[in-house]
Amino acid sequence: MALLEIEDLHASVDGHEILKGVNLTMNAGEVHSIMGPNGSGKSTLAQVLARRETYEVTRGKVLFDGKDLLEMKPEDAACQGVFMAFQYPVEIPGIGNAYFLRSAMNAVRKYHGQDELDAMDFLPLYKERLKLLEMDEKLMNRSVNEGFSGGEKKRNEILQLAMLEPKLAILDETDSGLDIDALRIVAQGVNAMRSPERGFLVITHYQRLLDYITTDFVHVLVDGKIARSGGPELALELEEKGYGWAETEAGISA
Amino acid sequence: MVKATERLGNYLTAYGEVLAQGEKREPVWLRQLREDAWSRFDAKGFPTTHDEDWRFTNIAALARMPFRRAPQGNAGLTAKDLERFRFAGAACQMVFVNGRFAPTLSELGNLPKGLEVCPLARALDCGAGGWAPEGCAPEGIEQHLGRYADVRRDVFAALNTALWEDGAYLRFRRGAIIEQPVHLLYVSAGAGSEIMTHPRNLVVAEEASQVAVVEDYVSIGDEAAFSNAVTELAAGQNAVVSHYLIERENFAATNVSTLRVEQARGTNIASHSILLGGGLVRNNVHPVLAGEGAECLINGLFVGAGRQHLDNYMMVEHAQPQGGSRQFYNGILTDSARGVFHGRIIVHKDAQKTDAKQTNRNLLLSDNARIDTKPQLEIHADDVKCTHGATIGQIEEEQLFYLRARGLDEKSARNLLLYAFAAECLDRMKEPAAREFAENLIRARLADLSRGAVAATAIEAAEENVQSWEEVG
Ligand SMILES: Nc1ncnc2c1ncn2[C@@H]1O[C@H](COP(=O)(O)OP(=O)(O)O)[C@@H](O)[C@H]1O
Ligand SMILES: [Mg+2]
Repeated sequence: MALLEIEDLHASVDGHEILKGVNLTMNAGEVHSIMGPNGSGKSTLAQVLARRETYEVTRGKVLFDGKDLLEMKPEDAACQGVFMAFQYPVEIPGIGNAYFLRSAMNAVRKYHGQDELDAMDFLPLYKERLKLLEMDEKLMNRSVNEGFSGGEKKRNEILQLAMLEPKLAILDETDSGLDIDALRIVAQGVNAMRSPERGFLVITHYQRLLDYITTDFVHVLVDGKIARSGGPELALELEEKGYGWAETEAGISA
Repeated sequence: MVKATERLGNYLTAYGEVLAQGEKREPVWLRQLREDAWSRFDAKGFPTTHDEDWRFTNIAALARMPFRRAPQGNAGLTAKDLERFRFAGAACQMVFVNGRFAPTLSELGNLPKGLEVCPLARALDCGAGGWAPEGCAPEGIEQHLGRYADVRRDVFAALNTALWEDGAYLRFRRGAIIEQPVHLLYVSAGAGSEIMTHPRNLVVAEEASQVAVVEDYVSIGDEAAFSNAVTELAAGQNAVVSHYLIERENFAATNVSTLRVEQARGTNIASHSILLGGGLVRNNVHPVLAGEGAECLINGLFVGAGRQHLDNYMMVEHAQPQGGSRQFYNGILTDSARGVFHGRIIVHKDAQKTDAKQTNRNLLLSDNARIDTKPQLEIHADDVKCTHGATIGQIEEEQLFYLRARGLDEKSARNLLLYAFAAECLDRMKEPAAREFAENLIRARLADLSRGAVAATAIEAAEENVQSWEEVG
């Protein structure tokens, strides 16, 4: 059974159709990259998969682990193992990072009928993962993303990924705005999390990230549809020729 | 014109009783204070919404209720009944039942050095009380009592001054550093009819003392009580004082409280107000920065549900140069609750280099909740910095989604965001014991709120009384 099966997915925001029939199948253990020009619907796809209610699905079907993902609330999807690293992580003043993350982990554990983690169980793991992402321990007690630099926010997303250990990780332009060191650290975090049980959907604007994360498949999203799919060589081709080429190839006017 | 008391006969009766009780015992100056205050109340009566200071709070229904003084005694309460109201880490606890000191319910053993505690009635021999801890030396009360609370402007302060029967007298000696807060617990306990109390407290923090006081209002039972408290806090040079007001009475209660702080040179005062209970609440905080370089922090959180009406009236007076004041009030309102934040800053002409700041942030969780926020700056000096700002918003969908996308169910996510909003106020509290106490109360209240389970019966009780706040007058 595939980990994720998207079939003819259409979605709208405020009455504007943004996804216009996306098809995609991925298996556990695979890394799929989604590339495409700004505004083509990459984030919309990510948000729909994370079950944000402001995005309305008008047609199509999504199976996650064989279950109807579109029936799930965001928290159900999260507890079942869908994780989206936000393109723009949200600041939440007044909630400490460590407290937030422990609450999230416990919500997931509770969902699966497991015992909650106390601070003693949680802290060593947290500290180890902070180290993996080369993050300062001082961030622990600061409010979620508040006053973080762009790079810190993105690393914090990957840190959460590393703690929550989802089955499906969706990274929405996690590489954008990162300098090369930060990019290397983020990629290192992602690579550490790769496993035969886990799938990655890596949304990126640049081929650069794929120098650090080996991808199995590349899909090009143009105007709400997958215009082309291929192996890693497709990313290089795009880098060279730009998206105009993919658009023409797909018979879509740019 | 009809004199106010012709319509407010129950107050006149109470006044006669209080005078009789103190006859030949109270000092002359105190009688004089009472008489002046009474004639002020008598002449003015209760304010109406035409009064600018009461524009958003209609007390016509309150004025009509036949409140009476409580009978003597502890209303049958035992130490066990009060256990749930105590908190760990207090230096001592004075308990007042229906406005009168209850020695057997209080815990005053092992007072830290430099702290003197005495019921005010006992200290001035007003006929109530009848007990004083050893070493209570009530000299110097005359110099402070009634010198700060403004009975001309504020009829509730006048009413309190005329009718008070007891309260706490706290004296912190020069240089005393008392780490644990003093807990003052005011219990309204059902006596089967509408009871009014007028607690009067005097806190004298002498030069360079560092102390904290928690004033805490609770009810046992669901009767509609009226508490009208006045606390005068005189802070000597360089004193550092934190005052906490906790209002957690039942939803039928009316609570008017006034904190009047007199700040000498170099003092650093924090006033923290946490309003969680009460049907109709008016919280007056009025510091006067009367010495150079005084600082005050005015910090508050009000959480209202059902038909609660929570009115905060802040008045910060800068009288001398180089003073700083910071006001932060956060409000959370749901159902048909109503909040008021009136932030008045007065900078007198000598108060150059004043730095005054005011922020009021509000979350409205339902369409029927309402907040009225009103800054009022009166600046008579030319070299000052004065800023104010207010926001009214809802829980942000973005934040809610972020939490849910990590697995928190909607209710927990909402609750966490509410808590975070409230925690801004907690972060400004420096005394760990008081902070933890406040934190637990706030957590419990917010959990009720997001469960939508503000005890239904209590709300109904409140409705009977509160309904008319808006309709009458
Ligand atoms: N909340 C929204 N409201 C209105 N339009 C939106 C919203 N989110 C996205 N869009 C529009 O949908 C299109 C696709 O956006 P998005 O999915 O963010 O693209 P990408 O991530 O590929 O840059 C854009 O034209 C964008 O303006
Ligand atoms: Mg995007």
